[in-house]
Amino acid sequence: MAEYQNIFTKLQVREPGYPGVPLPKGEMPRLGKPVFNYWIGKVGDAQIGPFYLGFAGVASLVCGFIAIEIIGFNMLASVNWSPIEFVKNFFWLALEPPPPAYGLSIPPLGDGGWWLMAGFFLTAAIILWWIRTYQRAIALGTGTHVAWAFAAAIFFYLTLGLIRPVLMGSWGEAVPFGIFPHLDWTAAISIRYGNFYYNPFHALSIVFLYGSAVLFAMHGGTILAVSRYGGDREIDQITDRGTAAERAMLLWRWTMGFNATMESIHRWAWWFAVLTVITAGIGILLTGTVVENWYLWGIKHGIVAPYPSELTLQDPSLLQGVSQ
Amino acid sequence: MKMLNGKALALAGVGIATLLAGCEAPPPEVVQNGYRGLAMQTNYNTDRLQASLDANVPPEPIPAAAPGGPKAKDLYKNVQVLGELTVAEFNRIMVAMTNWVAPEQGCYYCHVNEGFEYDGIYTKVVARRMIQMTQTTNANWQDHVADTGVTCYTCHRGQPVPEYVWTSDPGPGQPSMIAPTGQNVASKSVAYASLPYDPFTPYLLQDNDIRVIGQTVLPQGNRSSIKQAEWTYGLMMHMSSSLGVNCTYCHNSRSFYSWDQSAPPRTAAWYAIRHVREMNNDYVVPLSEIIPASRKGPLGDVYKIYCTTCHQGAYKPLYGAKMLKDYPSLAQPLPEGGLEAVKAAKEGVVEAPSTQAKAEPMEAPAPAPAKAQPAQEAAAPPAESAPEAEPAAAAPAQPAPAEPAAPAASSGPQLRYPPPSMMQYPPAPLQYPPAPAPR
Repeated sequence: MAEYQNIFTKLQVREPGYPGVPLPKGEMPRLGKPVFNYWIGKVGDAQIGPFYLGFAGVASLVCGFIAIEIIGFNMLASVNWSPIEFVKNFFWLALEPPPPAYGLSIPPLGDGGWWLMAGFFLTAAIILWWIRTYQRAIALGTGTHVAWAFAAAIFFYLTLGLIRPVLMGSWGEAVPFGIFPHLDWTAAISIRYGNFYYNPFHALSIVFLYGSAVLFAMHGGTILAVSRYGGDREIDQITDRGTAAERAMLLWRWTMGFNATMESIHRWAWWFAVLTVITAGIGILLTGTVVENWYLWGIKHGIVAPYPSELTLQDPSLLQGVSQ
Repeated sequence: MKMLNGKALALAGVGIATLLAGCEAPPPEVVQNGYRGLAMQTNYNTDRLQASLDANVPPEPIPAAAPGGPKAKDLYKNVQVLGELTVAEFNRIMVAMTNWVAPEQGCYYCHVNEGFEYDGIYTKVVARRMIQMTQTTNANWQDHVADTGVTCYTCHRGQPVPEYVWTSDPGPGQPSMIAPTGQNVASKSVAYASLPYDPFTPYLLQDNDIRVIGQTVLPQGNRSSIKQAEWTYGLMMHMSSSLGVNCTYCHNSRSFYSWDQSAPPRTAAWYAIRHVREMNNDYVVPLSEIIPASRKGPLGDVYKIYCTTCHQGAYKPLYGAKMLKDYPSLAQPLPEGGLEAVKAAKEGVVEAPSTQAKAEPMEAPAPAPAKAQPAQEAAAPPAESAPEAEPAAAAPAQPAPAEPAAPAASSGPQLRYPPPSMMQYPPAPLQYPPAPAPR
């Protein structure tokens, strides 16, 4: 009984490594002898390898490596090649997109050109990895659900770094590469465009994001709770519903008034995750291109609550007739 | 086994609760300044608030000078700004200034042995200009300083150079092939965000647009970029940390730009930005030539004024203590006849409808041009006197009695990070992106 009440996997299999299903004709073979790792086995499958390389995967890793080198060396250069300052400021450092005045032209390398190049290689790496995800799914004879979910995330990434900057006519609109800098950018775009709180697609994205987390916890909790009745054999239970599925569904009907099924819960989860990034991308696409100030947009469409005000200030720049 | 587990769990629970309770800050002191439920409030950590209150106490005022007596300009030589004061009042303000600015160094911080009238030391020329700045501030910038006003002590706090000043920050040195961005290093000036670490040069010295938020529902030509928003954001972080308040002290955070939802301090802050800009451009920067290199930044620009210079973590400097009322000679540029004339003029004004600070918004446009004139007049005389002072001041700068920073800066080559050769001010990328091409 205690097996199911531990945050870690309790049982580890130590059979000879599983080489995987046979690959279709003409595919490169998987390389290497599988090894087992006890600590990896605590949180997942203990087996590592054999590996499939292939063109898309290798090309993706090469492009990703180039992108990270460009970003890293630019960060290092921004503190004058000082390793100590690099470590000290690591979370603050960034590779910034070109200043806005360059528009969509190609700037000098040191003034945003490196950003464009890093963006190119990072995008290439991500898309190549998507190709690998898709091809591996086909080679294994599975559906391509994971690839399409990944594609949704790529859509959001491209919206931030490519599509919206092009629509706005300036690379300077894009997100910097850096830990805190991209967070400050996030706050800045909301402030610049009058508060994303009133951006309905931002709201939807948050619903799906938090919803994904809740669904994940609900589903994981449910399956762990009924695995003593064989509920962990979820795929079996879809078509051959046993007492595990019955009990799990009954729990939710009693507590929530509604229950998903052993199959539909996975569709719920997939769509929640995918819609998080799709709605987020739409929210970003509309910002600055179609809507200038989300707060005023909210007023126009009646979603802003009025507050009583005892005293209303006037803009001093209007009183004096000076700029700003 | 089960019992043991239960007990262990209970013990662990109590342990964690104790630990968390120990980490908890004391309940904050909350001052509400807007409609409920909007977080329009200032939160004070009670421990730190007490420390800040203790650190922001003004000195006891010096007893008032006996009225009457000869004018300072008649008794002393070369009294350019305070000459209309009586000798007693003049000496009183000189003593006060010594206490406020150079309590350890004494009179000879600004005066030379040859005679008190000589401008042989740069500190005297600077002090004269700073008195004019204080007078102009108290007379023309009541929208910012109200009738509380400022004195030398508001910034100096017993130190010859105020503790909180700024110079243009070139950031870490960078190889020549990298254009500096002016942001993305850990910096106290913007509360350790990765925002631009020197928002002062573009906004408190130059007058770049601070406003970036679009004021229309749909795009109608506001081309300010997200990068510009980050520069404004940096300035706002500075203001917030200097005043020890959060964004909602001035703004309703649901709409930062809306004046109709903002709290009254935002108006004072708006004037404050323009006031600080004027002080830096009209009073501080013109002194650059006579101020020694030890009191300049890495790019050779003088120490300048920003919000922290006076506020030092308090929403009002010295928590609003009214020091100025005890030193009326600093309240305005002294007219012919000195304080007597000021007093007489004020009594005359009281009967007429007040055109001063409390003017109604509708009346405000009218007094504005009138206000600008005194400012110009005030700026004119010092411009005349400065050239006279300069030749004398430039030479004897070295034998100045108190120059704590000078030896450190001039004691031969030192290892400096970043190397000075790499320093250049990163021009803020505040240019607007080009308008999109018509389709």
